[in-house]
Amino acid sequence: MTKLESLKQDLIGKFNIKDYKFIHSVGDDIVEIPKADVLALLRHLKSSGRFDFLMDVCGVDYPNREKRFDVVYHLFSSKDGSRLRIKTQLAEGEAVETATRAWKAADWFEREAWDMFGVKFTGHLNLRRILTHHQFVGHPLRKDYEADAQQHCDVALPIHFDNEEGRDGNVLDENLVPLNIGPSHPAMHGTLRVMVELEGETIRRAGCEIGYLHRCFEKMAETHPYNQVIPYTDRLNYCSAPMNNVGYCKAVEKLLGVEIPPRAQAMRVILCELSRIIDHIVAVGTGGVDLGALTGFFHLFTYREKVYTLFEKLCGARLTVSMTRVGGMAQDAPEGWFDDVLAFCKDMRGQVDEITKLMLENKIFIKRTQGVTPVSAKEAIEWGYTGPLLRACGVNLDLRKLTPYYGYDQLNFDVPVGTNGDIYDRYLVRIEEMRQSIRIIEQVCKNVPGGDYTIRDKGIVLPDKKDVYGNIEGLMNHFMLIIKGLRPPVGETYDATEAANGELGFYLISDGSGTPYRLKVRPPCFAIYQSFPTLVRGTMIADAIATIASMNLIAGELDR
Amino acid sequence: MSSKNSMNNSSDNSASSSSDLLRSALVDSLQDPTPGTGYAGLTPDVALHQAQLRAGEDLSRSFAFTTRLEAVVAWGRKNALWPLPYGTACCGIELMSVMGPRYDLARFGAEVVRFSPRQADLLIVAGTITEKMGPVLVQIYQQMLDPKYVLSMGACASSGGFYRAYHVLQGADKVIPVDVYVPGCPPTPEAVLDGLMVLQKMIANNQPRPWKENWKSPYDKA
Ligand code: SF4
Repeated sequence: MTKLESLKQDLIGKFNIKDYKFIHSVGDDIVEIPKADVLALLRHLKSSGRFDFLMDVCGVDYPNREKRFDVVYHLFSSKDGSRLRIKTQLAEGEAVETATRAWKAADWFEREAWDMFGVKFTGHLNLRRILTHHQFVGHPLRKDYEADAQQHCDVALPIHFDNEEGRDGNVLDENLVPLNIGPSHPAMHGTLRVMVELEGETIRRAGCEIGYLHRCFEKMAETHPYNQVIPYTDRLNYCSAPMNNVGYCKAVEKLLGVEIPPRAQAMRVILCELSRIIDHIVAVGTGGVDLGALTGFFHLFTYREKVYTLFEKLCGARLTVSMTRVGGMAQDAPEGWFDDVLAFCKDMRGQVDEITKLMLENKIFIKRTQGVTPVSAKEAIEWGYTGPLLRACGVNLDLRKLTPYYGYDQLNFDVPVGTNGDIYDRYLVRIEEMRQSIRIIEQVCKNVPGGDYTIRDKGIVLPDKKDVYGNIEGLMNHFMLIIKGLRPPVGETYDATEAANGELGFYLISDGSGTPYRLKVRPPCFAIYQSFPTLVRGTMIADAIATIASMNLIAGELDR
Repeated sequence: MSSKNSMNNSSDNSASSSSDLLRSALVDSLQDPTPGTGYAGLTPDVALHQAQLRAGEDLSRSFAFTTRLEAVVAWGRKNALWPLPYGTACCGIELMSVMGPRYDLARFGAEVVRFSPRQADLLIVAGTITEKMGPVLVQIYQQMLDPKYVLSMGACASSGGFYRAYHVLQGADKVIPVDVYVPGCPPTPEAVLDGLMVLQKMIANNQPRPWKENWKSPYDKA
C-alpha cells in the first residue's frame, strides 16, 4: 500500500473524503481539500504523528479560475522523510482558518501569503505586510501585478510589536524603554531590524521587521527563462551560492524527470560541501565578531578566500558562481582542480582544530553562549527549525541521510547533534559539520567519476560551442532552444536539499511555457527567525545579539 | 618675510612664492618664543594654522595660497577615509573580503570602519537598496558630517542591477548623491580598491561635485 492510500484509509470516517482528491504526481503526494477542512486535517495529521513538520505555507494565483487562489501547505515527517502537500482553493476575498493554531511555524508564512497574494487567514493575529513596505498597495505576486511597478516608501515604520491576545502591538508600555536596533547596525547584518522594550537591560518584549532586502526573487523567476533564474538563486543565500543553484536545478530536473550524470553529481556534491564550509565560516566568524572576538574572523576569512579562489578557478566568479545548469554543470572542472580541492581540505582540517580552540574552548565565549536562549527539540520542530539549529537541539535530521541524493548514501560521514539547543551547541554543530564536509569532499575528490558533466538532451541543454559554430545541426539546436526555451511538462513539484542553514525547498509549478509559472522558495532561516521574539523575551539585550548571530540569518534568502 | 612684490612678479610663479611664504611663516612661528603663540605647548597643526593666518595677512587672501591649504587638507582627507559599510546584500559579503586579510583596505588608509554615521565620512553602499530601505539610507546619509563621500558598490547600488522589480530602488543615486560607481555583480575586491583610489584622486584634485551640492532629500515634504 502506498503512503497516500494508507493516508486515505486513515481519513475515511474521520473526514468527508468524498470531496477530497488524492493525487500522486512527479513523485509527490497531494491532497486537495475544501477550505473548511484545512485546520482540522492539519491538526489530525499532526496529532496522529504522521507529520511533525509544517515546512511551508504559500499561495498560488490562477486568475482565470473560478476560485482564484490556491493555498498550499507542505508537510514533512522526520521519521521516514515522507512529504504531503495539502491544497485548498479560495476565491477573491475568501478566507481560510489560520494554521498557526496547529503549528507556530505557519505564522510568517501566512503573513507572506497575505502580503504576496492577499489571501486571508482568519484568526491570524498579525496579518500585516511582512516583505513589502507598509505603504505598498496591492499584492505583487498576483499575475496581474506588473513585475516592475515600483511603489515608493518615504518613511520608516516607528517601533511596533506583534499583536498578542488582548494586546495591541502598536501601543508601547510607558514604563519600559523602547529601543530600535537596525537595520543599519553592525549586529543586524545591514538588513535586519529588531525592536525591543527594556526594563533595565532585560527584554520584556521584542519584535522584528524584515523585508529590507525583498528583491522580488519569486516574481523575477516568473519572468525569466528557466536557466536565467539560476543567477537569481545565487543571490538567495549568497554566503553559499552554489547550494542554491543546486537546489533549484535539482527541482527543475525532478520536474523534467531527468537524472544528471555521475560526474555532475560529484561536482555538485563538492561545490555544496565547499559552500557549507564557507557558510559556516561566515556564521562562526561574524558570530564571533558580534560577541567582540575579532581574531576568529580574520583567521577564518583567510580560508574562505581560498575557497573563493577555487571557485574562481572553476568558473571565473568568486561569490555568485552560477555554476550549474539544468541537466548538469555549465562546464567541466579545469585540470588539476580536484587536486587543488584536496590540498585545501588538508589545510582546512588543521584550521578547524584551531578555530575549535579559539572559540569553543575560549572561556569568554563559553560564558557568553552556554545556556543562552536554549530551544527544546519539541519547540524547534514546532517552529519549523531545520539544519544546524535543529540538530543543536538534539534532533538527528539531515536530508543527506534521510532522503539521500547525489550519492550521499555512499559516503561516510556523521551528523553531529547537540544536546541543549543553546547558542554554544549551535556553533558546536556548525564547526563539527565543517569537519564532516571535509571528509565528504575528500572521499568524492579521490574518485571523481569520468564521463560527461551534463546530459546531452537537445531540448534541455545547449550544444557545445564548437557544434554551434561548426555544424548546422548544432546551430539549429542552439537556435531552437534559445527561441523556444526549456519547457518542462505541465505539473508541479517540491524538492528540498540540505543547505547550510537547513532545508532549502523549491516549489515549482510549470504551465508548460518557457518560464516557471510559480517558484516558491522555502528558505530555512525564515522559519527560524520567526521564533526570535519569543526566544529572547526575558533575556538580556546582549544575549539577544548573540542569539541573532547564532541563527545565521542571511537576508537574501530571508527576504528573497 | 618676503614682500608683496614677489607676488606681483608674474602669475606663473605665484604658487611657488606663496608656498615659500607659508614655509617661512611656519618657521617663524615655530621659533616664536611667546607662550601661546609659538610651538611650545601647541600641536604642529595649530602652529601650522597660525602660520597660515599670518601668511594670509601678508598675502591678503591670494588664490594660490588657498589652493595650497586645500591641497594639504585634501591630502589628509583622502588618506584617512573612515568608511561606513552599508552592506545590505551579496556585495556586503564581498566587501568583507575587501576589509579582510587578503585585500586589506587598510593599505589605503581606510580601515577604520565605523557603523555610526557621525564618525564616518565615506558611505559604501554595498548591495541592493529596496524601497523599504530608501528612507533609512537617506537618514544615515543625512547624519554623516561633511565632508562626506558616497561609493556605490555593485550593479544593484548603482542601478538596481538585474532586479528590475517592484520593490527595488533602481540605484542608490535615486535618493542620495553618489560619487563613485563600481561596476560588477559583485565587483571583485580589486575593483572596489580601484573605486576607492578614484575617489582619492577626486578628493586630491578637489573636484567639484555638483550632484552633492544640489542634493535635496527626496523625502523632505517641504
Ligand atoms: S550587485 Fe550583484 S552581488 Fe551586488 S548586491 Fe546586487 S545582486 Fe548582489
